[in-house]
Amino acid sequence: MTPRFFVRCLLLSVFCTVLVPVALGQASRPAQTGEILIRNATVLTVTRGTLPNSDVLIRNGKIAGVGRNLKAGTNARVIDATGKYVLPGIIDCHSHSMLDAINEGSLAVTSMVRVQDALNPTDPDLYRALAGGTTTLNLLHGSANPIGGLNTVVKIRHGRPIDEFIFPGAPPGIKFALGENVKRSNSPNLPGVQRRYPNTRMGVEEVLRDAFARARDYKLSWDEYQKAVGRGEKNLIPPRRDIQLEPLVEILGGKRLVHAHCYRSDEILMLISVANEFGFKIKTFQHALEGYKVAKEIAQHGAGASIFVDNWGYKIEAYDSIPYNAAIMARSGVNVSINSDSDERARRLNTEAAKAMRYGNVSEEEALKMITWNPAWQLGIQNRVGSIEVGKDADLAIWNGHPLSVYSRVDTTFVDGEIFFDRQQDLARREELQKERAQLEQAEPNRPPGAGAAPQAPQRRRRPADETDIWREELEQP
Amino acid sequence: MTYTNKPETQKLAKDFEVQQRKRWRSSALVLLVFMVAPAGAQQIGYPTTQQGVLPPQGTYAIRNARIVTVSGPVIENGTIVIREGKIAAVGQTVNIPASAQQIDAKGLSVYPGMIDASTSMGLVEVGQGAPGTVDLSEVGDLNPNAKAITAVHPHSAHIATTRVDGVTNTVTLPLGGLISGQAALINLVGTTPQEMAVVPHAALVINLPRIGAGGGGFGPPPQQIVNLPQVLSGIQRQVDRIKEMFRDAEAYGRAHEAYAKDPKLPRPDRNLVLESLVPYARGERPVILRAEREAEIRSALRFAEDLKLKPIILGGNDAAKVVSLLKEKDVPVILTGTFSLPMREDDHYDILYATAAKLYEGGVRFCISSDDRGANVRNLPQYAGMAAAHGLPPAEALKAVTLYPAQIMNVGDRLGSIEVGKMANLVVTDGDLLEVRTQVRRLFIDGRDIPLTSRHTDLYDAFKNRR
Repeated sequence: MTPRFFVRCLLLSVFCTVLVPVALGQASRPAQTGEILIRNATVLTVTRGTLPNSDVLIRNGKIAGVGRNLKAGTNARVIDATGKYVLPGIIDCHSHSMLDAINEGSLAVTSMVRVQDALNPTDPDLYRALAGGTTTLNLLHGSANPIGGLNTVVKIRHGRPIDEFIFPGAPPGIKFALGENVKRSNSPNLPGVQRRYPNTRMGVEEVLRDAFARARDYKLSWDEYQKAVGRGEKNLIPPRRDIQLEPLVEILGGKRLVHAHCYRSDEILMLISVANEFGFKIKTFQHALEGYKVAKEIAQHGAGASIFVDNWGYKIEAYDSIPYNAAIMARSGVNVSINSDSDERARRLNTEAAKAMRYGNVSEEEALKMITWNPAWQLGIQNRVGSIEVGKDADLAIWNGHPLSVYSRVDTTFVDGEIFFDRQQDLARREELQKERAQLEQAEPNRPPGAGAAPQAPQRRRRPADETDIWREELEQP
Repeated sequence: MTYTNKPETQKLAKDFEVQQRKRWRSSALVLLVFMVAPAGAQQIGYPTTQQGVLPPQGTYAIRNARIVTVSGPVIENGTIVIREGKIAAVGQTVNIPASAQQIDAKGLSVYPGMIDASTSMGLVEVGQGAPGTVDLSEVGDLNPNAKAITAVHPHSAHIATTRVDGVTNTVTLPLGGLISGQAALINLVGTTPQEMAVVPHAALVINLPRIGAGGGGFGPPPQQIVNLPQVLSGIQRQVDRIKEMFRDAEAYGRAHEAYAKDPKLPRPDRNLVLESLVPYARGERPVILRAEREAEIRSALRFAEDLKLKPIILGGNDAAKVVSLLKEKDVPVILTGTFSLPMREDDHYDILYATAAKLYEGGVRFCISSDDRGANVRNLPQYAGMAAAHGLPPAEALKAVTLYPAQIMNVGDRLGSIEVGKMANLVVTDGDLLEVRTQVRRLFIDGRDIPLTSRHTDLYDAFKNRR
């Protein structure tokens, strides 16, 4: 590494750590813990109807009032939202945003790994999602294995340390996966590398049953040990801790939510049957492209379905996916949410929800629920977020038009009553940032080399915009 | 469309549906529709009657409609007469032929069908796991003789699922290599590729090599660029190969012309590859050049000027930075990045949402495309809607998916607006064409009454009442 190159890298990293966060609206944000009054908006409460010409009062990060002519303290910040709409923050029940690693694909059961250990709080896509009114993400492990890693639910408190992202009190969860990705159907056979079990949907079932059989035995060993301790027996040796099986024991005890990636109807039924055999519940079927074929079975099990609203045809198991999936499942009593599984779509889940109306005539309120209250229920956080009600967290966005319209965009996004995106602020800062950027580019070590090309920016692991098959992409990187 | 009048619109639409049902009850076709409805699962394609057989061209009069002509003012309570595949009359008072089947469109709107200028519609059915259904790119770098129209699968399920949402035409592009092949402009209906073709050889597709993206622009970028000068000279060699081929084609064309005039000259052998390139080398047909970054767009423009081509820029993420040059050279852009994530970490969050508005303000000719291979082309109106949410006037957003793509593909006299003499590609809706919630109520392509069914409506009908 030449000294010149070294200096250039140094400056670039300064650029990335200083300028980029500034560009994305992190700097000089005042803490907003006081009162904010959003005045005269159309408030889409989601659970209590649409309130025209109404106010939302935010106090200490919570919704303190919803209604007409609310009074705020003299120091309150008042936002005139005449002609605008207020929607709860959108909750994306399937995201891989801010993950520096997505798949631990080496084993069929990886319940010992946690996505929480790979979070990047400076991911610019987080700010872009906020600018689309999204405030909560279910960060899931990829779909490489029947039993994947542990999830994390975050609020997009962009620019803050990771600890501030973690959704307080959100029940823990785990990713399961079925079908082509798990079988590695679309993965290349690498020479000299033995294929990982399972290779078929038969094997997938066996992996699941085996894991839960082991988890039951493990739990029994601990139960027996605790009983013996309770009886006052001496010189006991406790069972060895198994961090792969511990999460599965939590599932058996109903303490960890299962989010299961699936496509075909038969595999959905298979998982329900495994869950019944071992006495646990699936909280959500993720993607569930053929959920509409077995909607009543999903409803009977009590599971939700978190889906792409209209993605289809990119692989064989996605060929029977239809955009009417949301409508059929909702009518059958399934709690349906519409997710992004993509940093790109996470910016416009509002119009994704509108598709549930186009295809199958879901009502406006039900469509809005599919990106707010329903995913909140699926994540067990519906008492905190997902609707505009007094006492709930002030996670919401002001839209300049009806959020189900393509012509609308977000003006301001709040998380816990703090502004994390504001379009006017964003626009106001652009000129200043442009100057700063130009200045940095003129710095001697950043000037283009003789060959006429700009220096290479540091490589960032970039996920494809359309992440319908996250496992494949990972595998192709040797 | 405003949301307050929605119930009214829905009521009107419902009335309309009832009328349609009455009309259809007498039709034998409708029986067929229900007979094939529970079509089998997971078969490739959509081989049912509606897709397989081209409906006849009829005489129709759509009455009492709000006619959004796109090229002129909106006509309230207007009538459109369709005859022999064409728009025969448009206006508030027009003569309706006695033979015309009348359609009452009270409360409904009529738009020209949308056109997506960059897709691979019909060239791929299932991208992963079914390579037999993929005909996207030929082997090798220089394939001007690979013609999309040859491989467009008329019975692809993507075709009906796309048109029922109001997209009546696509440009179907081959991909890959340096010269990918020739794109076709098609109607999304037909039993054979020839029946679908509007312009079978509409444009040549070229991927100028790019740093970090190889020649094709697909696949993961290389992890490290080892030696920049080496890479640049490699790129130059590839560009030189393309240029050489164009010059060969020009010479080939001249030689054959000369021989045709004077058979005493030595007879030049026939070369199918060069032969297919001749009209593009002569600037008679457009050449689509994929270019995203500013430097790529500028070098594409230089390339086209050097060879005196008729260029269209495809992609254009950075086109807003090249506005004055694009305007000066009068080169149009097929803008595909509206829904892409910004290319650079410090780009403004809305940079690509707002690119269309910047091109409009700068006077650059452009259209908006999904650049989807097929399955998601039906989302085209949402791309235009997002551009409208970020500064593009709504009327321009509508043009960007109707008239502008038609003009850019040199069929502005045949498609893209509601004018007498144009092909009758029309969409009857219950609201704003670009709004997601809007329903398509009636569809005409080439003056043919197209059933609003697809593989997706079939599966919906088959499963919606399962209890």
